[in-house]
Amino acid sequence: MQCDECQERPAAIHLTQIVNDSVTTVHLCEQCAADKGVQTGATVAKFPLSDFLASMGKGGGASNQSPVGDDTAECDHCGGTLRDFRESGRLGCPDCYRTFSGHLRDLLRRLHGASQHVGELYMAAVSGGSGDAPGIGELRDQLRRAVESENFELAAELRDRIRVME
Amino acid sequence: MTFDINLVPDGGISWLDASGPDGNIVLSTRVRLARNIDGQRFTVRSSPEDNQVVLQQVERASRASRALHDAPLIRIDHLQPAERQLLHERHLISRDLTGLEADGNVRAGAALLTNGCVGVMVNEEDHVRLQCLKSGFALTEAYSDLERLDAEMGGQLAFAFHEEFGYLTSCPTNAGTGLRASVLIHLPGLVLTKEIAKVLQGLSQVGLTFRGLYGEGSEVVGNFFQLSNQTTLGKSETELLDHLGDMVRKVIEYEQQARHVLQRDAPTVTADKVWRAYGLLKYARSLSFEETMNLLSGVRLGVGLNLISDISVYTLNKLLIFAQPAHLAVREGREIGDPELSTARATYTRQLLEADAAR
Repeated sequence: MQCDECQERPAAIHLTQIVNDSVTTVHLCEQCAADKGVQTGATVAKFPLSDFLASMGKGGGASNQSPVGDDTAECDHCGGTLRDFRESGRLGCPDCYRTFSGHLRDLLRRLHGASQHVGELYMAAVSGGSGDAPGIGELRDQLRRAVESENFELAAELRDRIRVME
Repeated sequence: MTFDINLVPDGGISWLDASGPDGNIVLSTRVRLARNIDGQRFTVRSSPEDNQVVLQQVERASRASRALHDAPLIRIDHLQPAERQLLHERHLISRDLTGLEADGNVRAGAALLTNGCVGVMVNEEDHVRLQCLKSGFALTEAYSDLERLDAEMGGQLAFAFHEEFGYLTSCPTNAGTGLRASVLIHLPGLVLTKEIAKVLQGLSQVGLTFRGLYGEGSEVVGNFFQLSNQTTLGKSETELLDHLGDMVRKVIEYEQQARHVLQRDAPTVTADKVWRAYGLLKYARSLSFEETMNLLSGVRLGVGLNLISDISVYTLNKLLIFAQPAHLAVREGREIGDPELSTARATYTRQLLEADAAR
């Protein structure tokens, strides 16, 4: 079905309207719908990520602030590069977040308005995984890092645990 | 078909009973948590062997959980395309997991464990997608079930977690909490009164988004919208759920007001639309899926406005699922395409409505 407005692109949005007591249905493509002020989920969801990925390609803003100079630098663990990320929109492994943290912090701020997680903490990770419980020295290191990264919720949690151990 | 959908407890569709809060307007509530296993490559870069390792670990962890200890393990990668489509139509697995996208194959190790309203998709875009689906508007209840499962699974698996970025996901749009909550809501009143664009625009301005019947990438049909949180990082799980909950409550109010306006200002047009929809559904001999969804929307509005009293919301919900292609194929016992499919859909719809009216 073609868009009623431009008569070119396929209609993606179907709006039913009452005009002078008669019901009419308007079929619009995403672009014409957006022009009329109807936003689709697809356009809302796509733009921040695709805009960012496009700006990475042009070597704009984000990449200039990053410690990683070019988009061919590889993640040590999976071999993924920023170029791969730009092409697929997906990272290769959890370590990519550490390798490309400069770029990703900027992207996460654009996508979410923040880069600092304030939700539930994963206690297995906080306490050092499934191995032995961390010593007080390690906890103090974690506390220092948490304060440096302004993760105050984690810092408060670690402070309480250190107090118990003291 | 080799796969027996009856193996899935409740068929995975207990939510169809419309027993949940605001079941007339809100069909279902889904909450999912995206998790990955530390040290493993995400599925976009993983090998079939990597996926196998992930699947074994997740299955072991599931067996140690209360919710999934006896859940059937369904190997999506061992199913035929029509069987995968069937599970997708039931909202049990995502489009990504089916591997039915134009350019995609089913991923090795793709699997589903499900029991009642909770389940876990394995080797989806993320290694683990914990999910809970409830009838009606039930965000708190859905998250409560999921939180328990997350804690149990997290105790068995080493989830990838970063002090600053939270839970790490393949796509940065899911990082942080990994939480996506969505409410499947029917908004014919707002569509008919032309208020829907304003409402949807308002939602996008407060960090929410909308999708179609099948979530990401799907089009809106039959005035069914999935409203969900856009962001997952920088807010706590409770804040995300409360915010979505508050906004959905407002949307329900707007929808009720719009229905009131329809009845007050255009009672004849509204009743005509409703009864025409009912008549077509009941007597048509050939129905496309899109037409069926649009007619179902009209009848559902009629039930909500108390214009139609001999059809239950449960029957309308059931039609939403069982009038889909893979479900009709199961009913017919063979794969069918158009025009047979449209005929089979009309026959099934007619029988179901007649049975309900006779009750």
